[in-house]
Amino acid sequence: MATQLSAADIRPRHKRVLPGLSLSLGTSLLFISLILLLPMTGLIMQSVDMGWERYWQVISDERVVASYKVTLWAALIASLFNGVFGLLLAWVLVRYDFFGRRVLDALVDLPFALPTAVAGITLATLYAQNGWYGDLLASIGIKIAYTPWGIVLAMAFTSIPFVVRTVQPVLEELSPEEEEAGMTLGASDWSVFRRVIFPALWPALMTGIALSFTRSLGEFGAVIFIAGNMPYVSEITSLMIFVSLQEFDFPAASAIASVVLMASLILLFAINIWQARYLRRLHGRN
Amino acid sequence: MSILIEHISKTFGQFQALSPLSLDIQEGEMIGLLGPSGSGKTTLLRIIAGLEGADTGRIQFGDRDVTNLHVRDRRVGFVFQNYALFRHMTVADNVAFGLDVLPRKERPSPSEIKKRVMHLLDMVQLAHLANRFPSQLSGGQKQRIALARALATQPEVLLLDEPFGALDAKVRKELRRWLRGLHDELGFTSVFVTHDQEEALELSDRVVVMSNGHIEQVDQPGALYASPNSRFVFDFLGNANVFEGKIENGQWRNEQAHIVLPKGAAQQNGQLYVRSHEFTVSETATDQANLPLKVVAINPIGAEVRLELSPVGWHSKDIWEMDLPHKVFDKKPVEKGQTVFVTPKAGYFFAQDAKQAEPLHW
Amino acid sequence: MSSKKHTASQLRVGDRPWVKRSLIGLTLFLTTILLVVPLIAIFQQAFVKGAGHYFTSLLEADTLHAIGLTLLVAALTVPVNLVFGVMLAWSVTRFEFPGRKLLMTLMDIPFAVSPVVAGLLYLLLYGNNGWIGSWLYEQDIQLMFAWPGIVMVTVFVTCPFVARELIPLMQQQGREDEEAAVILGASGWQLFRRVTLPNIKWALIYGVILTNARAVGEFGAVSVVSGNIRGETNTLPLHVQLQYEDYQAAAAFASASLLALIALLTLLFKAFIEWRQERQETTL
Repeated sequence: MATQLSAADIRPRHKRVLPGLSLSLGTSLLFISLILLLPMTGLIMQSVDMGWERYWQVISDERVVASYKVTLWAALIASLFNGVFGLLLAWVLVRYDFFGRRVLDALVDLPFALPTAVAGITLATLYAQNGWYGDLLASIGIKIAYTPWGIVLAMAFTSIPFVVRTVQPVLEELSPEEEEAGMTLGASDWSVFRRVIFPALWPALMTGIALSFTRSLGEFGAVIFIAGNMPYVSEITSLMIFVSLQEFDFPAASAIASVVLMASLILLFAINIWQARYLRRLHGRN
Repeated sequence: MSILIEHISKTFGQFQALSPLSLDIQEGEMIGLLGPSGSGKTTLLRIIAGLEGADTGRIQFGDRDVTNLHVRDRRVGFVFQNYALFRHMTVADNVAFGLDVLPRKERPSPSEIKKRVMHLLDMVQLAHLANRFPSQLSGGQKQRIALARALATQPEVLLLDEPFGALDAKVRKELRRWLRGLHDELGFTSVFVTHDQEEALELSDRVVVMSNGHIEQVDQPGALYASPNSRFVFDFLGNANVFEGKIENGQWRNEQAHIVLPKGAAQQNGQLYVRSHEFTVSETATDQANLPLKVVAINPIGAEVRLELSPVGWHSKDIWEMDLPHKVFDKKPVEKGQTVFVTPKAGYFFAQDAKQAEPLHW
Repeated sequence: MSSKKHTASQLRVGDRPWVKRSLIGLTLFLTTILLVVPLIAIFQQAFVKGAGHYFTSLLEADTLHAIGLTLLVAALTVPVNLVFGVMLAWSVTRFEFPGRKLLMTLMDIPFAVSPVVAGLLYLLLYGNNGWIGSWLYEQDIQLMFAWPGIVMVTVFVTCPFVARELIPLMQQQGREDEEAAVILGASGWQLFRRVTLPNIKWALIYGVILTNARAVGEFGAVSVVSGNIRGETNTLPLHVQLQYEDYQAAAAFASASLLALIALLTLLFKAFIEWRQERQETTL
């Protein structure tokens, strides 16, 4: 038996205080690999198998390109609308106390909790020509259901909570002192909002809009009922995948899906990186 | 600019934060609002600034009535306890804010603003940090930037809420001296809030001692120390020992202990307040007093040695403290656990139910 | 300290009465149009042919089967995601390790990915042509176009919800409580059950309820892998679609009203938790 201890033996091994790292991290990694990452291999193999030329042909097909445009534009408009509406909702919920505030607060999450298919048929019914809103809008010459505006509407509805729920906590945490400092320096309410409050909310607002946009790009259930699904006009990209699948054209479905998947993953990573960078600047290196 | 405060009061719900109070502040004066938490000092400061509205009373800056004027129109400089720097702006943008939001007609040109900002940053000796963000600054630097920001619009009144509260002792002392210098140089009127008596006494021209929403005493630091006019001020200005005595044959007596009344003192029951350095220590009782105390701790603090003493054969609510110069202590050192006798040289006597103290000398 | 008590008398931006009133008014107006009316419309449409029709359409064999299948899917999905959510939250909030941020980003994938794409991913892997699916086919195991496939995609789509509720809370609560318990000699399980669990109980329950609501309501991913066989692989949301496209609007809304009810209960529960939390904070 060696009596001499080497330096490595003496050095205290860093031991974690709390138990369960290997169990919890192991389970999480296994789960993420199996449930989230493994399924992507099928898509990659399918896309690689079909060859570049065929791949390009599918994803640059005129009808598919039209669907990209419709989806992107609709998601953009819907998320910008939610940026404004969500900021307003968050402001009112945090700053004011009024009858029904609690109900309003709970209601904000409705689009999260309500199945998208239910939202879809409800919106379609309301905005159809003989529906409550459709009737009213038709009388002033506006048609929403079965047009690209229907897509915008459905996307906006399903992603309302994102902006509210990202902005709300930041607004709650905002210290009154910064506002007061602005006022003692002579700034008007509007200047204080624009130059002190808004910049503090901006990262959260951007994150919320980006999340809302990402979600809208992928929205399917709520959209298909109200979109009318006319080729070149009101077909969203998710539907193109679905249509290819119904024709058992797996390669085509995979090719389009790979574009959508790539776009959403890039967005997801971009949001996370951007958020981390902004937080670092605000709270010091951490 | 002078500040006149008349019958200002304020309640928060059930809580009376300020009872009607009045205060007259001279132009160019530096006033310290001193008091424990909940005494209403911060509320008073916020009312002067216009961040809080008063329930009654009025406020005048010079001969301008500002009672109903919005904060932004009062043109005061305000330094917040936690600085409240705008986190998303650089140091330079923070300082420029007050100039940037001026109405177009009054606003200096961008180059003029830039010049003024750099001048202010030079003044607070932080010009090299102009492009940093607040999160990259130390506490003392943040404090100086907050001050530069408040001074950018050249206010005639500067209000500071616990300006040095969050800083460590050394930086605090340095900034204190620097602020006083700036005040004297620029000649604005300053009001600051603090709960630190040393800070208030060192920095202010006059100190306003507050408790429970009213003003206890307003005086120059020296006068305040020499003649506190209430028990509260006495207690708050610190390090006083209290002897609760009942009159018996020309002596105040508390169980086994007694103190002989000085000549001319009224024969009444009451409390004798003695400051921690106004004693002599001996090994036996003297003709004047028999106050046996046991030494429980000996702490050298700066230029003095502080003894903590507990009564032997009599009662006191708090432990007694005595400060002795090292010279005196070294000549006749005492040990922990030893019983000593102390004799007061001077003190203040509060007769039962009396508001005013009677100064006494032996 | 009195200065910390910010009361109504304090001036804040946007507190001028006309600003306040018009902002509240605008918000209530928009919310009514966008959220309240659609919610009412679901139930109005469900009962448009009377209560009798409502209940007969719900008691149809296909509808009952869809309800049953939906409940089965939720009952299998929720426990799986509960375990995963707790494990993930524990590992990323209680330990520092390289790749921690990446792990949290990966967890969000189901939020970002279109449900149709999610369904397709599973179909390509486990379908008869996929590299796992073809092997399974030889063993005579059919996952896609059958209920196991529905469960699998539902697990995928709903996996972030529990972790998402837990992580911010556990981050904010910090590790001190648990470290104290370790010093006092608690074992791993005791630590979790007696220190961690009481603190995260409500967030955990809400995470479960939200997972349940989404599991019950998943449409896009499920419709890709289900094959829509009536009375066999039709979940309630798919059934709603079938009925709606069959011009049985009232029946579709009757089925939809059940799903809406689950959504409402979810919201109610969340409101309850928040109310409870606020009350706790004010009594402290």
